[in-house]
Amino acid sequence: MIDVANTVADTAASLTWTLPHAVAGTMVLSLNAYVLLAGADFGGGVWDLLARGQTRDTQRALIAHAIGPIWEANHVWLVLVVVLLFTCFPAAFAHLATVLHIPITLMLVGIVLRGSAFTFRTYDSTRDAVQRRWGLIFSISSVLTPVLLGVCLGAVAAGRVPMMPAATAATLSFTARFVDPWATSVFAWAVGALTLALFASLAATYLTVETGDAVLQRVFRRRALQSQAAVVATALGTLWLAREASPPLYAALTQGAGVPALHALTALSALITCWALSRHHFRMARLAIVAEASCLVWGWAWAQFPWLLPPDRSITALAAPRITLSLTLGALSVGTLILLPSFVYLFRVFKSPGAGFLPDDEAVTVPEDRAGP
Amino acid sequence: MSDLEFARAQMAMSLAFHIVFAVVGIGMPALMVIAEWRWLRTRDAMYLELAKRWAKGTAILFAVGAVSGTVLSFELGLLWPTFMEHAGAVIGMPFSLEGFAFFTEAIFLGIYLYAWQRIPPKAHWWAGVVVALSGALSGAFVVCANAWMNAPEGFAMVDGVVTNVDPIDAMFNAAAPSQVLHMTLAAYAACGFAAAGVHAYALRRGTPHRAFHRAALQIALMMGLPAAVLQPLSGDISARSVAERQPVKFAAMEGHLRTGPANFVIGGWPDEATLTHRGALEVPGALSFITTGSTKTVIPGVDQVPAEDRPPLAIVHTAFQIMIGCGMLMMALAAWGAWRTWRRRRGQGAALPDDRAFLLAVILASPLGFVAVEAGWTVTEVGRQPWIVHGILRTADAVTPMPGLGVTFALFTALYLGLAVAVVFLLRRQILKTGIRQLPLGLTGEMPIP
Repeated sequence: MIDVANTVADTAASLTWTLPHAVAGTMVLSLNAYVLLAGADFGGGVWDLLARGQTRDTQRALIAHAIGPIWEANHVWLVLVVVLLFTCFPAAFAHLATVLHIPITLMLVGIVLRGSAFTFRTYDSTRDAVQRRWGLIFSISSVLTPVLLGVCLGAVAAGRVPMMPAATAATLSFTARFVDPWATSVFAWAVGALTLALFASLAATYLTVETGDAVLQRVFRRRALQSQAAVVATALGTLWLAREASPPLYAALTQGAGVPALHALTALSALITCWALSRHHFRMARLAIVAEASCLVWGWAWAQFPWLLPPDRSITALAAPRITLSLTLGALSVGTLILLPSFVYLFRVFKSPGAGFLPDDEAVTVPEDRAGP
Repeated sequence: MSDLEFARAQMAMSLAFHIVFAVVGIGMPALMVIAEWRWLRTRDAMYLELAKRWAKGTAILFAVGAVSGTVLSFELGLLWPTFMEHAGAVIGMPFSLEGFAFFTEAIFLGIYLYAWQRIPPKAHWWAGVVVALSGALSGAFVVCANAWMNAPEGFAMVDGVVTNVDPIDAMFNAAAPSQVLHMTLAAYAACGFAAAGVHAYALRRGTPHRAFHRAALQIALMMGLPAAVLQPLSGDISARSVAERQPVKFAAMEGHLRTGPANFVIGGWPDEATLTHRGALEVPGALSFITTGSTKTVIPGVDQVPAEDRPPLAIVHTAFQIMIGCGMLMMALAAWGAWRTWRRRRGQGAALPDDRAFLLAVILASPLGFVAVEAGWTVTEVGRQPWIVHGILRTADAVTPMPGLGVTFALFTALYLGLAVAVVFLLRRQILKTGIRQLPLGLTGEMPIP
């Protein structure tokens, strides 16, 4: 037992930064972008579901206004992660898609329903019942999808999806092979809850900046603080559960190199988020929560490093041939040259300080007959 | 049904569903950009309204295309993990590039749809151009990856392990040029014909907005008809390429069952056991003549390979005939339109939009492009069977070990049926707003058409 642990530690120590690591780093970067951008779009769906009070309809209109022009572009970050995974780590993709078939399928259903229901609501009749029907599908799938995404990542991080010889895998029962790795892992579900809380918190914090209306700002400021509390609680809970679920992961999360600094940075940005929210410094809160979420993503990646599929398959071991990796990285660099200015332009058009709601904007429908009693 | 059959059915259903939206993502942006260009040139508000109408249709369809495309990228692994394990490193290149093209398309479509009031008209038009170009590019990249499954190259298979990977060679494989050309033209033809049908319907039924629908019809026909004329030529290039690389697939398409001088087989139902046709009309030696210039040339038939290496003959042959039939009808309509335009230039006959017979033909022909796309993809995919990678990996060996695939098949079928119903309902609603039913415009709360 000790021998195995030592060997593992030795291999980890002897690993240096290589081409596969550069690709894996790019994938984490894309996932980070997905969390910050698409995560907030899903979070918007959560707040659509939970919209309450007299301003319920304006809350929903603000959310729709905020995510309408950008959610499709934001969604592509996930496609990029998947494409990088199957191009540069094909064996890992094949394995994950096999063992996590059920949660991934459910997540896909969520992705399909979220995107299409949101678009259908935008273009369908503005009658109350119709809007509510699409809105319900949109918001419920916005809740389910992040949870399932988190469950998949959590199951992998905890080493519940180990690679094994095909012959061994074939001897396992259906539940042992396809259900237990994710469904029975409390840790994985905790990561799911953390993902949901984080996405909701990102959305609420961003929304305080998206509106100039004091009432809406107050609503989403409260929501942001509440969900920030949920993020802290689920993050600590996840850490506590990791101790049972996966000792190596727990060790990496508590004693790894540079971990204290990362934890400190995460805690600091969470504190700044709360302070800035309570002081109505909404732009600063947005910046702080971006830092906080990025710390969480990179903290997870760093804790799992150097394993792509813990406990024993490293990033280098699962990588595709060099030529594929270098060509993909080359394509990524060229693509980024086109992509980054495009993204900057997109966000300048829709998210710059002067770009508030314009009544003549296409496809932004404010229901005229939903004023309520 | 076995799990393998369910996996194939789910993949087929997902592709058949997605392809419609992918085609729309290529064709519709081109239409709206042309309309907006005319608005910039003439400052006639009618063209602006037309661009906005088409943009709304694009928005609904593009969203469904984006999410159903995401499903496909996951399904490659969910259903065919062994395939992706071997092929991922080889054909990931076009998928990565497609990722970027799709990114660009999504970003600029967001700008196009929501920034009418926010950026200068010229910049807005350029955003539309980027959407149209990146849409066409992303389609081309994905077709490159599919072409590799027909013409696998850029790697070596040693003891079941993929080595000597050359992603560039794999991307620019022998089947890629003809498939990309054929698919891109198909997208423009299908969208042009479908859009033309909608506006021809409005004109024929009678509408207070004749000028609007005439302009729309003209633009749609200008895109659809030339594509329909060029498509049979690109089809010929494709067929020759298939005949060279995949002779059994070619034979199955043409219904050429036994090796020998090849007849041109029209219709008919091939019997897989006896290798004979039932109810076919055969032109003796014609296929040999078309492919080689001599009626006597021996062409390999499906009997060249044992039964387990043949694709399902009836499906491939029938789908191929449907595609050809649609293509011929579309080309005939294009010829008719060209002839009428020529006569009109000489001062004879009515203008096209006033010709009720021509309008009826356009209405009837409007689904043909999409039918041909579906049939054509059936030929490509079913014709490649039993291989997932031609000659290298069998579909049966690539399927996931996950049991109970009937459940996911049922799930996605229900999901896509629901989406299809919703999309049809919403598009109908958008089209109704253009005044076909002559609803009092105030009721819809929409901007009246000039």
